[in-house]
Amino acid sequence: MKIDGLKKHISGFWTHAILIFVSLLSIFPFIWLISTSLKGNAENIFAYPPNIIPHDFTWANYSGVWDKVDFIGYFVNSMIVAGGTVLLNLILSSLAGYPLARMEFRGKKITFFAILATIMIPFQAIMLPVYLITIKLHLVDSVNNFAGFIGLIMPFAVSAFGIFLMRQAFLGIPKEMEEAAIIDGCNVFQVFLKVLLPMVKPSLAVLAIFTFIGSWGEFLWPSIVLTKEAMYTLPVGVNNLQGMFSSNWRFIAAGSILSTIPIIIFFLAMQRYFISGENEGAVK
Amino acid sequence: MFKYYGKYAPYLFLLPAGIVLLVFFFIPFFQTFILSFLNYSNDIYSPDVCGLQNYINLFHNPVFYKVLLNTFLYLVLAVPILAVVPLFLAILINQKIKGITLYKILIYLPVIVSIVVAAIAFKWLYADQGILNYLVTSLGFEKIGWLTDTRWALLSVVLVTIWKGIGYYMIIYLAALMSVPKELYEACDIDGANFLTKHLTVTIPHIMPTIALVTTISAISAMKVFAEIYVMTKGGPLNSSKTIVYYIYEKAFENLDLGLASAMSVVLLVIVMAFSFVNIFCFEKNRYQL
Repeated sequence: MKIDGLKKHISGFWTHAILIFVSLLSIFPFIWLISTSLKGNAENIFAYPPNIIPHDFTWANYSGVWDKVDFIGYFVNSMIVAGGTVLLNLILSSLAGYPLARMEFRGKKITFFAILATIMIPFQAIMLPVYLITIKLHLVDSVNNFAGFIGLIMPFAVSAFGIFLMRQAFLGIPKEMEEAAIIDGCNVFQVFLKVLLPMVKPSLAVLAIFTFIGSWGEFLWPSIVLTKEAMYTLPVGVNNLQGMFSSNWRFIAAGSILSTIPIIIFFLAMQRYFISGENEGAVK
Repeated sequence: MFKYYGKYAPYLFLLPAGIVLLVFFFIPFFQTFILSFLNYSNDIYSPDVCGLQNYINLFHNPVFYKVLLNTFLYLVLAVPILAVVPLFLAILINQKIKGITLYKILIYLPVIVSIVVAAIAFKWLYADQGILNYLVTSLGFEKIGWLTDTRWALLSVVLVTIWKGIGYYMIIYLAALMSVPKELYEACDIDGANFLTKHLTVTIPHIMPTIALVTTISAISAMKVFAEIYVMTKGGPLNSSKTIVYYIYEKAFENLDLGLASAMSVVLLVIVMAFSFVNIFCFEKNRYQL
């Protein structure tokens, strides 16, 4: 018995040792960025050996980068794009998921497989025609800012993932719910809006959260379509820091950390959705 | 159940999503093929039909082979690690130990953070006089040109992809581990099986479908890698870290060689669709209830 307990103790030690090591590896690049961002000009950021704890501690890099870069603007742009993308995904996915779950109609099978097929098409392989179409529809920021936002949002306004998620949610609702509503005199749209939609709130929440994260981090599409700095979303703006401050790593580090704060807060608030494993595989 | 909806109701509900998918997925999908048969080099506004010329040019282009090789290397380097390490971590975390939530949050953090910030953070680690080279030199080796040496650049970029993916796949594995019947482990404990045999005989066979799923989705996302390369190396030095999506981007939006870019997109489409097809019909049947 005693030896057994000891064995358990040792294996427990190794488990923690490995997990602590991996956790440190996961956050170290950020720690090092934070450390650099807090070092003043009197300290050599290339010092050997490197100092994790700044000797010449300062907030000046943060206020410096804040004055030169319109973070509020980037943040607002990201919020508009991510918010719009989430809203459209919620509406379009639940609208499309409902008949796929509940109705019989001609062409249902084809519709189903056509939507499934879009999962197989990587955006990266069709981005060029998507760009040409977006220009043709005048949905670019050179027309006006509103058109620019619409252009950023529309290619991601609905996804097969979302449609299937909502379809599955509707499949789980007992049919008696609808029947009762119809007997009460509801039409099909009222059934959808007043009876079914409130019952799939958990799935809507999952869809909203994962769409938000995906949209918030999107880099390829905005870096293709955006031409005006005033329209930059956070990832594009942060990438631009490298050009603005060439080798001023104190500013680049401070700017990168500043840009990350909102999503960290969002993650910590919603962490159970991400790490519980119930929604495994929900982000791309 | 009686039919309470009109004949056109299903189509009306599907219409908004249908329009978006048509305009931003299906039309571009077919247009990619059409563009790949057009030549834009004479006049960007009125291309002429050139048959298979873009494909012929593509397959005579040494950079294309380099890019294909790099993409393949990217897969070979990233996928095995992303299939195995997260599984090992998930097994460790799946025990009744203290601090599970904290470990999960910390290991998942790279997944949440924007890839641009991650790439910048690594660029800083990789700096010539940066902290990684300090480590390397203090171990008695010569400094490494992480992003400037043709032998290292691709590997350095792959490391970012791996670092950013570990937590994501770990959570997928954790969900799968919860479904392994506890009795099987108890039987193992009674037999006195050690850690390794326990997981080789019970865990691995049980979650084989998840391992296959992780392998294919990490392969698909490795083939689509872009931001890491854009932020860190721009494909350099000497194309040593250029992969297919980056090359498509460069050809389409920097060199304006739309035909060649589209021919390459068709190649990418075929490869990714093959992987996705296997993925959907073999490993994700349940999600889509096929």
